[in-house]
Amino acid sequence: MTADGDMEMEEGAMSREEEKIVEEETLDPLFAQEVAREPGGEGIRACFACGTCTAGCPVRRFNEKFNPRRVIRMVLLGMRDEVLRDPFVWMCATCFTCQERCPQGVRISDLMRALKNMALRRGNLPEGIVVQSKLLSEKGTLYPLDEFDNKKRQKAGLPPLEQGEKSLAPLMEELLEALGPKDGKD
Amino acid sequence: MNKRYALFLGCTIPARARSYEMSVRALASRLGIELVDLDDFTCCGFPMAAAHYWVSQALAARNLTIAEKRGLDICTLCSSCTSSLTEASHFLEERPHEKKEINQRLAKVGMEYRGPVKVKHFVRILWEEIGVEGLRENVVRPLKGLRLAAHYGCHFLKPSEVYGGFDSVEDPKVIDELIRVAGADPVDYSLKKQCCGGSVLVADERTALAIAADKLSELKALDVDAVVVVCPFCGVMFDSQQKKMEKTFEQTYEIPVLYLTQVLGLAMGMGEKELGFSMHAVKVKALLERLGEGGEAKG
Repeated sequence: MTADGDMEMEEGAMSREEEKIVEEETLDPLFAQEVAREPGGEGIRACFACGTCTAGCPVRRFNEKFNPRRVIRMVLLGMRDEVLRDPFVWMCATCFTCQERCPQGVRISDLMRALKNMALRRGNLPEGIVVQSKLLSEKGTLYPLDEFDNKKRQKAGLPPLEQGEKSLAPLMEELLEALGPKDGKD
Repeated sequence: MNKRYALFLGCTIPARARSYEMSVRALASRLGIELVDLDDFTCCGFPMAAAHYWVSQALAARNLTIAEKRGLDICTLCSSCTSSLTEASHFLEERPHEKKEINQRLAKVGMEYRGPVKVKHFVRILWEEIGVEGLRENVVRPLKGLRLAAHYGCHFLKPSEVYGGFDSVEDPKVIDELIRVAGADPVDYSLKKQCCGGSVLVADERTALAIAADKLSELKALDVDAVVVVCPFCGVMFDSQQKKMEKTFEQTYEIPVLYLTQVLGLAMGMGEKELGFSMHAVKVKALLERLGEGGEAKG
């Protein structure tokens, strides 16, 4: 069984043959259901693996580690660990090219978002997300402005922006908990 | 028509795309669009969608609620803010169970969203409410001879299901048409619809830069005068990161990046200072000088 019809495989630690073989006993038959229950993952079963998503994917053009059709096949096969453990789900650009073109109406960008949400809960996430979550929970913006910024704005003829406390923490509790006490509760 | 909107700047613009903000405010004032600054707006929620769907929806809905309290619809400038807020507004109407879920969360900060609050990108307001003719009337210095490449980016038009038939996703024309209104020549190119790569930065910088550089390579070969954007993410990617791309891929692009609002502002006779060109990383000076020589006053 292969997760992907493509002949090409990226180089990795495993040999070509080893990488292509999916051991049945490692599969989680409930994984696709679990994904379908996640917001955005609902339509995954409609995929018939035509590859329109992969053909138009800008990320796939430059990095073969990310391949939307392959990711969907892996979910449908039940390759839970491989999908949620590997950083590749985070490479989706959320550009919606695939979602707009999917002939089966699968919300692929939303599905990738669902997989990122699930990966995060397993501790698989880029460091940038932790930094951003912390900034938003404390300041409400990714780029808090200081006096100096407001001076620059004034020079440019722009109105100063209010620098009051805009903590978003009460709306972000579950995320902060998932990220661990270090990032959310100190 | 009463053109009055709450101005939603988002995170990136006030800090990293001030020239965009300047040109928008100047255009709005010229064209009679009233943009109201609301202090309570925060991040649109987009960056958190990858982390936690409900959290991102709650952040988006919080902003919608703030505009609703003031009885205003929202004007966005960043395409990602546009899609995040438009998706929230659209789906909260379409999916009552989500509205209930979100309002339970908003109750924690003493808020309730009723809806709908409409969300429109500033360029969409120009297109739909001022219109090509209304804009053309204000052009005093057509940018003759300038060859400009429209970059639509992703979230200006997508997901299309929430944008109510605004432009075609596969064959977009709004930015090209507005470049034409400014008197410049829109350049067609094969990678017009390709993403700027910005959203991939957080996960894989090299891939992100490769996506952006791919487009710049084509535009270099076509010898365009500038690439025209409508989103600060795309702007920062092509402008602030261009040097890094040149270094990473050992290429020279030197392609200026202009916000569409700056292009229109120039055509309406606004000054270089008013439009903030000095803040751009890739120098716009040569282009402006050429324009000074070739630009003609209408009538």
